[in-house]
Amino acid sequence: MARKELPEINAGSMADIAFLLLIFFLVTTTMDVDSGISRKLSEKPPENFDPPVVKMKNIFEININRNDQLLVEDEEMEIKDIKQATIDFLDNGGGIGKIVDNIPGTKCDYCNGERSDSSSDHPNKAIISVQSDRGTSYGMYITVQNELLAAYTELRNRYAKTHIKGKYAGMSYEELLLLDDKDNDQLKAVIKKIKNAYPQIISDAEPTK
Amino acid sequence: MSKFGKKKKGLPAVNTAALPDIVFMLLFFFMVTTTMRETDLLIEPPKLPNASEVKKLEHKSLVSTIYVGKVKPEDRAKYGAGDKIQLNDKLANVSDVANFIYGQQEKHNPEEIPYMTTSIKSDVRCGVGTIHDIREELREINALKISYSTRKGDLTANLK
Repeated sequence: MARKELPEINAGSMADIAFLLLIFFLVTTTMDVDSGISRKLSEKPPENFDPPVVKMKNIFEININRNDQLLVEDEEMEIKDIKQATIDFLDNGGGIGKIVDNIPGTKCDYCNGERSDSSSDHPNKAIISVQSDRGTSYGMYITVQNELLAAYTELRNRYAKTHIKGKYAGMSYEELLLLDDKDNDQLKAVIKKIKNAYPQIISDAEPTK
Repeated sequence: MSKFGKKKKGLPAVNTAALPDIVFMLLFFFMVTTTMRETDLLIEPPKLPNASEVKKLEHKSLVSTIYVGKVKPEDRAKYGAGDKIQLNDKLANVSDVANFIYGQQEKHNPEEIPYMTTSIKSDVRCGVGTIHDIREELREINALKISYSTRKGDLTANLK
């Protein structure tokens, strides 16, 4: 008897099976958003804690009311101007920085600001305080936070490009962060240095009712 | 011309042999880019704000998510129309946040706890008051790393 060839398996319903699987995955999974603005909350102060006295000129006060209007240093402002105003405040460098590791503070030699007496002394002393209303929209709040972070990023980029020597010279802060070389101590030190040049000090005040 | 004359009438059937391949490709795309739905939202799916200075959350397993938003229209009568907080599969009060975080922390090794992040997924139209209450509650239990979940995109969309 002649050997019969094996009949080909009918693959016509393969597409149906694949569609079934596809639809199952479409229904049970979601496209998750895993990006965000990360913040570190301040620790709760111990009881009977005396807050240190901070000069008013080192505080950049931002108020947002329940109609999502902005008041920056007692002046009304549009959202698009807030980034530049923040940069001007942080980069002012009008005085002497705070004491770090028992080394007395020095003048900010990397600041490009006006060095005005009525604005911040040094980036490491400059505090940004955001006070919102309980009724302020979350969208507005995030927009303001984003602008503040954008101001810091711009200053840090500039500092990284002009003040970092050696292997990482000429790169911006954002590019350095993207390198993602976790075990590289040299890179870590550079990033830390940039962060310390313009430390992020943003505080959220108790919202008004 | 007889060669052409032989042609059968009617269109030949379209070859569908590559169809499974195409569908499999789609399937793999979805398997890779999506994640399993973990919670059923009781609130309306929050419309997240846009931002430009976003950072990726690093260790997914160390993230606990708090949803903030309004409940779905059909449940408004039952729960009221204000901003609500959802933890796991339940609507909760601000005072439950601490217990929720403790519950999440128990699932991890003690040395991982300082790296745990709380992701707040809130609707743009919510008030800052609720967010502030959550923040205070988190400070109280020393869970200090938070992330406001945002998409990368155009900022003006936040203010509508």
